[in-house]
Amino acid sequence: MMPEFLGIVAIALLGVAGYLLFPDDLAFLTRLIAITLLVLSLDLVTGYCGVATLGQAALFGVSAYVVGNVCLAGITDPLLLLVVGLLVGGVMGLVSGALITRFRGLPQLVLSIAFGQLVAALSNKLSSFTGGSDGLSGISPTPVLGIFNFDMYSRTAFIFSLTILAVVFVLLLRFVRSPFGLLCRGIRDDDLRAQMIGAAVYPRLVLMYAVSGAVAGIGGALNAITTGVVGLDSVSFERSAEALVMLVLGGAGNLWGALFGAVLFQIFEHIVSATNPFHWMTLVGLLLILIVVFAPRGLSHAVVVGWSKLTRREAEA
Amino acid sequence: MQTILSIGLDGLSYGMVLFIISIGLSIMMGLMRVVNLAHGAFAMIGGYLASYALRDLGVHYSVAILIAVAGTVLISIPFERLLYQRIYRKSDELTQLLLTIGITFLIIGVANFTFGPTLKPIPLPPGLSGPLDIGFRVIPTHRVFVIACGAVTALALWVLIDRTEFGIRLRAAVDNSDMADALGIRTEWIYAATFALAVGLGAFGGVVGAELLPIEPFYALRYMVTFLVVVSVGGAGSIAGALAASLLLGLADTTGKYLAPEFGEFFFYLAVILIVLLFPRGLFGRAH
Repeated sequence: MMPEFLGIVAIALLGVAGYLLFPDDLAFLTRLIAITLLVLSLDLVTGYCGVATLGQAALFGVSAYVVGNVCLAGITDPLLLLVVGLLVGGVMGLVSGALITRFRGLPQLVLSIAFGQLVAALSNKLSSFTGGSDGLSGISPTPVLGIFNFDMYSRTAFIFSLTILAVVFVLLLRFVRSPFGLLCRGIRDDDLRAQMIGAAVYPRLVLMYAVSGAVAGIGGALNAITTGVVGLDSVSFERSAEALVMLVLGGAGNLWGALFGAVLFQIFEHIVSATNPFHWMTLVGLLLILIVVFAPRGLSHAVVVGWSKLTRREAEA
Repeated sequence: MQTILSIGLDGLSYGMVLFIISIGLSIMMGLMRVVNLAHGAFAMIGGYLASYALRDLGVHYSVAILIAVAGTVLISIPFERLLYQRIYRKSDELTQLLLTIGITFLIIGVANFTFGPTLKPIPLPPGLSGPLDIGFRVIPTHRVFVIACGAVTALALWVLIDRTEFGIRLRAAVDNSDMADALGIRTEWIYAATFALAVGLGAFGGVVGAELLPIEPFYALRYMVTFLVVVSVGGAGSIAGALAASLLLGLADTTGKYLAPEFGEFFFYLAVILIVLLFPRGLFGRAH
């Protein structure tokens, strides 16, 4: 039970820290949580299955659009909307997973890009459903459990999102240690050997994609519920690429890495890009290059290794 | 009939621009197996340099192209020595993606810090900017120029790779780099030369294609995946493949934009998905 318990504590601490650091900007923290869910979902396929994808935002965005429309159509209970987001994300995951995991390497990467761009072009085209470049607005869900109203300071939205993140994170911590999660890691490390011991590789990957889609769908639903608008940026290539960058900065193949990568990246982005977006790009570029050259397994791994070296040296001295 | 002709001409010239920029990436991916998302960034550097040379130094268009190509190759040398060498022929796509995304961000940030975040026009010389009468109708001279550039590039590359000593060594390194090494071919130099060639072609394409793909601050990001997609559809390392893919996708994109402009790049990517599903190694790709 240890990692799950740690997960709850860590997210609660992060929530308190966020509340103290940005008391006037809870809307930003709420957005941050939705994107963090997207990064966690990406970790499931990229980190645990070794699928290089640049189209993950499609799962996030489509679910946000559907949730927005369902809400406008009259189903306004936030928990019900989350379930809708989860299901839509899962179905999108199945579809895109079936397409993307057919190949490995370059064709896989290009299919994921093409899938993402196809969804982005369609979102722009189907403006009766998505609002086109104006975005879909006017999404106003009813109070959570009929009690907690979504206030203009985003207090409810923040605590609601944080709770959902904690629940999803704990479930995922358990999920990646399940036999299914371990098999996926086996496929990532050596898919031929996994096949030899009798694992059906392709169906497993598609299934994992569905789970990943469900997580991304929850993120998209949260985004729609808490901000009230869904824009074209939700399905954009930039969103997918940024999620991948956050994941790798933190450390792919590790949910903790994904969590911290997403949180740290977005806080720094929030601060630096407010002054000059081009400085921010230069900085991220440099950081990425340094990470790939010096800490290819991500910051979290580098910190763990550095820490264990330090403690060992102290023990020897 | 008029529309078909317009689509054909625009599609052909757009395809040729795609070809000139992507062929460098294609050769590089065929030889060094690097998924280079920063290729568009080098094309962007070429465009920025040409715009600077034309507008601030006032040189002739042809000189500006030379400055752009030479300057971009010079700028790319430290990137090759320090960074790209690490990822040649490494199979881990994720590392390559991240390193090259990082390089792209860095180049965008530094380029816009140095030259300012504005659209960079590349004014054409009078000889290229006007219309050209080809008997039964009048077409923009620049389109003809681009198509000619593409054809000359394809021909020159074919001669270089198929008919010269360098080409023989390059093909040997593509087929089996360890064996080529053992036979005394300096593969490290072949890689460096190929990288310079790829970057130079990218810069060249960025400049001559600026009418169709305008040079703007986020050029490298906007077309980041377009060039990669062209290479993947054509098959890495194949000149004929890159040419076929460029023309096919250029035509698909132009047709889509003429007949159903509100669909944006929908038809481009639909074509990509269909082709990749049918030919995972690309139209003219080979097994590695």
